[in-house]
Amino acid sequence: MSEPVLWRRRELAAFLGAVAAGPALAQFRVEVTGVGLTQLPIAIAPFRGEAEVPQKVASIIQADLERSGMFRAIDGTAGAGLDETSRPDLAPWRQRTADSLAVGSVTRLADGRFDVRFRLWDVVRGESLAADGFVAAPGDLRLAAHRIADMIYEKLTGEKGVFSTRIAYVTKAGPRYNLWVADADGENAQSALASNEPIISPAWSASGRQLAYVSFESRKPVVYVHEIASGSRRLIANFRGSNSAPAWSPDGRTLAVTLTRDGGSQLYTIASTGGEARRLTQSAGIDTEPLYSADGRSIYFVSDRGGAPQIYRMPAGGGAAQRVTFTGSYNISPALSPDGRWLAYISRISGAFKLQVMELASGNVTSPTDTTADESPSFAPNGRLIIYATRQGGGEALMTTTLDGKIKARLPGRGGDIREPDWGPFQR
Amino acid sequence: MKKRVILALAAAAVLAGCASGVKLDDVPVDDRTGAAVTPGGPGTGDASARPVQPVQADPSATSGPGPANVSRIVYFDYDSYVVKPEFQSVIDAHARYLRSNNRNVVIEGHTDERGGREYNLALGQRRSEAVRRALGLLGVPDSRIEAVSFGEEKPATQGGEESAWAQNRRAEISYR
Repeated sequence: MSEPVLWRRRELAAFLGAVAAGPALAQFRVEVTGVGLTQLPIAIAPFRGEAEVPQKVASIIQADLERSGMFRAIDGTAGAGLDETSRPDLAPWRQRTADSLAVGSVTRLADGRFDVRFRLWDVVRGESLAADGFVAAPGDLRLAAHRIADMIYEKLTGEKGVFSTRIAYVTKAGPRYNLWVADADGENAQSALASNEPIISPAWSASGRQLAYVSFESRKPVVYVHEIASGSRRLIANFRGSNSAPAWSPDGRTLAVTLTRDGGSQLYTIASTGGEARRLTQSAGIDTEPLYSADGRSIYFVSDRGGAPQIYRMPAGGGAAQRVTFTGSYNISPALSPDGRWLAYISRISGAFKLQVMELASGNVTSPTDTTADESPSFAPNGRLIIYATRQGGGEALMTTTLDGKIKARLPGRGGDIREPDWGPFQR
Repeated sequence: MKKRVILALAAAAVLAGCASGVKLDDVPVDDRTGAAVTPGGPGTGDASARPVQPVQADPSATSGPGPANVSRIVYFDYDSYVVKPEFQSVIDAHARYLRSNNRNVVIEGHTDERGGREYNLALGQRRSEAVRRALGLLGVPDSRIEAVSFGEEKPATQGGEESAWAQNRRAEISYR
C-alpha cells in the first residue's frame, strides 16, 4: 500500500517542480528607472507554449506596460501553466497585490504561423475584462505581443497604447550610416536606407507608410520621401544650396522644408509628390525646423531673427510669427503632443543641451531629464511619452520618458552612435 | 497507468483552481476575434505584416582638381561666419583660378559638434555663403558657385574640446 502513496507524491512534486521552473519574466532588456505616482499593479503569467517559440510574449508585454510608466509589474511566474481558457484562483494574486492578471498561450499552426491568445482578469472583482487572439507569422510574434499590450493598456487606462507603433532612427558605425525602422520598444530594427554619407531628420508621414529625411549621398543635403515597404523613394527637394528639415502636414499632402536657394535658411512648402517650392518666411536670420500643429493650421519653427534661436509659431500659410519660448537663450528642435497641449524642445543651459517640456496654455516649463546632451525629441502618438537621443554612461542612447520625467527607459538599438529618433503614428 | 493519469489530472485540477472567487458564468465562452496580425492564409508563413525594403544609397563622385598648392579650407571663430583677414589670400587664389578657368565650385560649410543638427546645418550654410560672397566680390560669377552645408555631420577631427572644434569650424572649397 505504501508504493501508490509515494507515486502520488512524486507526481505532485514533478508537477510543482515544472511549474516553479517557468521562464523568468524579469529578463527584459529595457532598463526602466523611476517610480510613478499612480501605477497599476499587473501580473503577467508566462504564456503557455512560449518557451518553445522564438519570442517570450509575456516578457514583451510586461516590458511594454512598465515602460509606459502606468504599470508596475508583479511577478507572474506562479501563473505558469495558466492560459486563456483557465479559470484561475485569483485569491493568491490578490495577496500578491496585483489588480490585474494576464494569461495566454502561443500555439504553432500547421502552416508555420502562430496562434497567440490572451485573457485579462480583474483580480479584485474576479471578472474577465478582455480576451482576444491573433494569428502571426514568426516574424510578427513581437507585434502580436505588442497588440496584446495595447489592448491591456487601453482596457485599464482608457487610452490608446503605443506599443504597436514604430520608430525611426539613424545610426553611424564608422563610415556607415543607416536609417532604421524599429518597433517602439527599439527591437526588430530593419534598415530602410544604408549610406556612406550622413542621414538626418527622419520624419514619419501620418500614414506611417513613408519617411521623409535628409540625405547627403550626393554630397549636399537633399530631401527624399521614401516608401518603407517598397523601398521606392522620390527626391523632393534638390534646389540650389542646402535642402533640409522636412515636416509633414497632417493630411500628408505638403512638406514644409528649409531651403537656402534664395540665400540664407528659410522655410518653404512643397507638395509631397514634389514640384515647386512656395516660400513661407522672409526673415533676415535663420528659419528652420518647421513643425505642423495637429490641426494643420499652424507651423512652429526655430528662428534666430531675434539674435539667438528661439521657437516661434505662425499660420501654416505663412504670416506674422509669435514667439513661443522665452526662457533661455538657445531653444531648438520643437515637438508637439498630438493634443496640442505640450511643446517639447531642446534648450542650451550653461552649455548643456536639455530636454524641456512646456505646457503651452500656461507657458510653464519643466526639465524632465538629468542628462546634458539631449537631442531630437518626438512625442508618442498618444502624447504620453517622449523619445529622444542622449549620451548616457559613455555612449549614445535612445530614451523614452513620461512627460513628468518620472519613468524613463533606455531602448536597445543597433550598434553605433544612435541619434535622430522620430516616433511613428498609430498603426492603421 | 490509469492511476498515474488520475493523479496527474487531480494535481492539475488543484493548480487550475476551480475553487474560490470565479463564477463559471462570469467567463465568456470564447470572445476571441481571431484577427490576423499577418495577412493571408496558409502558405504566407514568412510574410511580415510590416515589411521594410532595404535601400542602398550609391556613393557620389569625389572632388576634382583645382588650383595647385592652395589651401581649400577657410577656418572660422566660434559662433562666427566672418571670413578673417588671414584667409583672404586663400579666397584671392581661388577667385583668380575661377576667373581664368570655366569651372564650377561648391563651398561646403561646417560647424563644430556643439548644438542641434538642423540649426548647425544653417550655421554652416552661413559660412559657405560668406565665402561665396567673398568670391563674388572678386568677380567670380555667382552662377558658378553653389554654397551648401554639412553642419556638424562631417567633422575633420573627432574630439570634444576646442582644439578639435576649431578644426571643424570651416568652409571647404570643392571643385566637383
